[in-house]
Amino acid sequence: MSTIISLPDQSTATLPKRSYLNSEYGLKSWLLTLDHKRIGILYLIVTLFFFCIGGTMAALIRLNLLTPGGELVAADTYNKLFSIHGIIMVFFFLVPIAPAVLGNFLIPLMIGAKDVAFPRLNLLSWYLFVTGGCFELYAIIWGGMDTGWTFTTPLSTHYVNTHVVSAALGIFVAGFSSILTGVNFIVTIHRLRAPGMTWFRMPLFIWSYYATSILFVLATPVIAITLVLIVLERVIGIGVFDPAKGGDPLLFQHLFWFYSHPAVYVMILPGMGVISEVVACFSRKRVFGYTAVAFSSVAIAVFSFFVWAHHMFIMGISNYSALVFSLMTMLVAVPSAIKIFNWSSTMYKGSITFDTPMLYSFSFIGLFTIGGMTGVMLASLGMDIHLTETYFVVAHFHYVMVGGMVSAVMAGLHFWWPKITGRMYPEPLGRLAAAILFIGFNLTFFPQFIVGYLGMPRRYHSYPPEFQVLNVLSTAGASVLAIGYLLPAVYLLWSMKYGKIAGANPWQAPGLEWQVQSPPLTENFPEPPVVDFEAYDFEWLANHTKSEVQTVG
Amino acid sequence: MDSQAIATLPEHGHAEHEHSPHLHHHFATEDQQREASNFGMWLFLLTEIMFFGGMFTAYLIYRNWYYPAFVAGSHWMKIWAGTLNTTVLICSSFTMAMAVYSAETRKRKALLRYLSLTLFLGFVFLGIKAYEWHNEWVEHHVPGLNFSINDFTHVDPRYPLDKPLAPDMAEKTQSYFSLYFLLTGVHALHMLVGVSILLFLIFNAWKGAYTTGHMTFIENFGLYWHFVDIIWIFLFPLLYLISRHQ
Repeated sequence: MSTIISLPDQSTATLPKRSYLNSEYGLKSWLLTLDHKRIGILYLIVTLFFFCIGGTMAALIRLNLLTPGGELVAADTYNKLFSIHGIIMVFFFLVPIAPAVLGNFLIPLMIGAKDVAFPRLNLLSWYLFVTGGCFELYAIIWGGMDTGWTFTTPLSTHYVNTHVVSAALGIFVAGFSSILTGVNFIVTIHRLRAPGMTWFRMPLFIWSYYATSILFVLATPVIAITLVLIVLERVIGIGVFDPAKGGDPLLFQHLFWFYSHPAVYVMILPGMGVISEVVACFSRKRVFGYTAVAFSSVAIAVFSFFVWAHHMFIMGISNYSALVFSLMTMLVAVPSAIKIFNWSSTMYKGSITFDTPMLYSFSFIGLFTIGGMTGVMLASLGMDIHLTETYFVVAHFHYVMVGGMVSAVMAGLHFWWPKITGRMYPEPLGRLAAAILFIGFNLTFFPQFIVGYLGMPRRYHSYPPEFQVLNVLSTAGASVLAIGYLLPAVYLLWSMKYGKIAGANPWQAPGLEWQVQSPPLTENFPEPPVVDFEAYDFEWLANHTKSEVQTVG
Repeated sequence: MDSQAIATLPEHGHAEHEHSPHLHHHFATEDQQREASNFGMWLFLLTEIMFFGGMFTAYLIYRNWYYPAFVAGSHWMKIWAGTLNTTVLICSSFTMAMAVYSAETRKRKALLRYLSLTLFLGFVFLGIKAYEWHNEWVEHHVPGLNFSINDFTHVDPRYPLDKPLAPDMAEKTQSYFSLYFLLTGVHALHMLVGVSILLFLIFNAWKGAYTTGHMTFIENFGLYWHFVDIIWIFLFPLLYLISRHQ
């Protein structure tokens, strides 16, 4: 049952005198900061910068596909456009956006710690990320790369003449930022929880970030060495993937997807954590089946290591292993469905309010479900042979990554925006943007399911004229989607100065992060908190605030 | 749900108010800080295992496919050099362990002595490795840069019972040497990193650090050094020893 909470009126709230934002001023205080909250914001700035690049590339791709002949850009340029789009969006936006931004900002706050376990390592991660990004920018500015984001050998090692080496090195360096972030989070969650914060009192957000960190730690090193091998093969000519020297390109696929499939879950698990928080808060109920949701995060992380070869069904792996990988892939749907069902059950008989974060969560649940279900379709061998390398696959993973993850990131960003900045965004505009994003997204990517099913291959610069209607729809959707991104960018920036002052707990949420002032102090908690309540304990909050009102009154 | 509070942070308030200069602000006690660093180091080593894991996988697969080429390739390894290097590394692990022990028992001189010995042994290892690489360069065994299959298409006089490899299998020896250079190269890179950190440690120890009870750094570096040692313990049999004599 949901609980009614009456917090003291927040409309009279004022910004706290001292907070992490005004404890120090100047560029140097930001670039040398060890505060996890500031580092989170540094990440936010850089990832959004890369999002703009990746988004521009996407816009150009869609513009080019407006006409069947692909009149806008040459075929070579088109290859570069989708390669840059993929590399930037995957490695420099989706992978870092939720863990490094929201995770850095929130994990210590949620578990009652003063900082992450290794603050200096945390800052180093950011610098590594920026260095990797510089490599990538160099590669883009000096002519781009056209291998696709998958760096498929022997294309990437022998046949293309673009900036593969710097692109691969960029991802290599940025990979270490992921690894160090993962190590930092795991140690933080293990060792720095406040007294009383047991594992099963942690918010589900923390569970999913813990699972994400496991993926970072175990999978990222494998892509690191794989990219080193690509670089060495291009530069020196060692032959680990070169058939002439006894190497096998299929090994590259195995190593690449051993990282890149878990990485797909890096791009969704944190989103699931955000949704758990948002759904609980705006239903005013504890998440239904807390333990199941917590363990389903871990289960997804574990399963994700045993499904990688489903990217390779048509690449000549053995039929028997294809069978096993197909089965394993379908099994991942189970923990994912557990989450969906539990969120729905959480809302059941809750007192739901339709604030912006909740709208984005609805969008997440719907779009992720479609993305996930089509994933099961692709996991079945017969379907996959028909659909692989078509726009059906493109639509599928965009439903998961953009429809799912980006919705979740938007939900999280809006939900914690008052905590991060101390000010509210304009609520009506927020709801409008959430609606625009949902409509634009579906208009962009639903036609791609159809056009892919009809047989339009991905990564082609031109297409038969009969596919034009669906492609025009998709491009039209992309422009709506663009508005859905630009609008929040504008009003969030606006709200940093002119937004209504939020107060400590504008959503009346029971998490630890809401019990401190917004924006928080540099040391987070004036006194180390002692946790004597369960996660999502709205009744505790109600009693707590009641007694507080009485004491104050 | 379990309502008993498991404190991961020890009780605050009355706990030590005189803050040690080594204690970072976000840890409650030195023990907690030390545990966190050790745990972090172990996690990092886990990522290292995965990093090497990719290369070991490649080794396993290609060894299975091109068994004769791998045998022929390993015949050109200098077994005395490999054995010597293994001994050197094991000794360096011992001196490193002694260094950690000296730090624990707060003996500055012993710490300096053992760290320097470790450093010296590290350099000896790298020297011998460089000598081997130089030889392989001279013998045209470096794939991509300087490679010829001549040594493998003829009977090796040191192994007169061997059959010469057919030209296409002889090409596959590049697989062996690619992996050899890759594995030993990445390992040597780790040694180089280790040696650089050792220099830094010696400098600090000389100024008196690590023997005052705060020795997490040296403990963690010890873990790293032993890890790099263990990698070599796997590399030596895989690249030099197995199937050398069939």
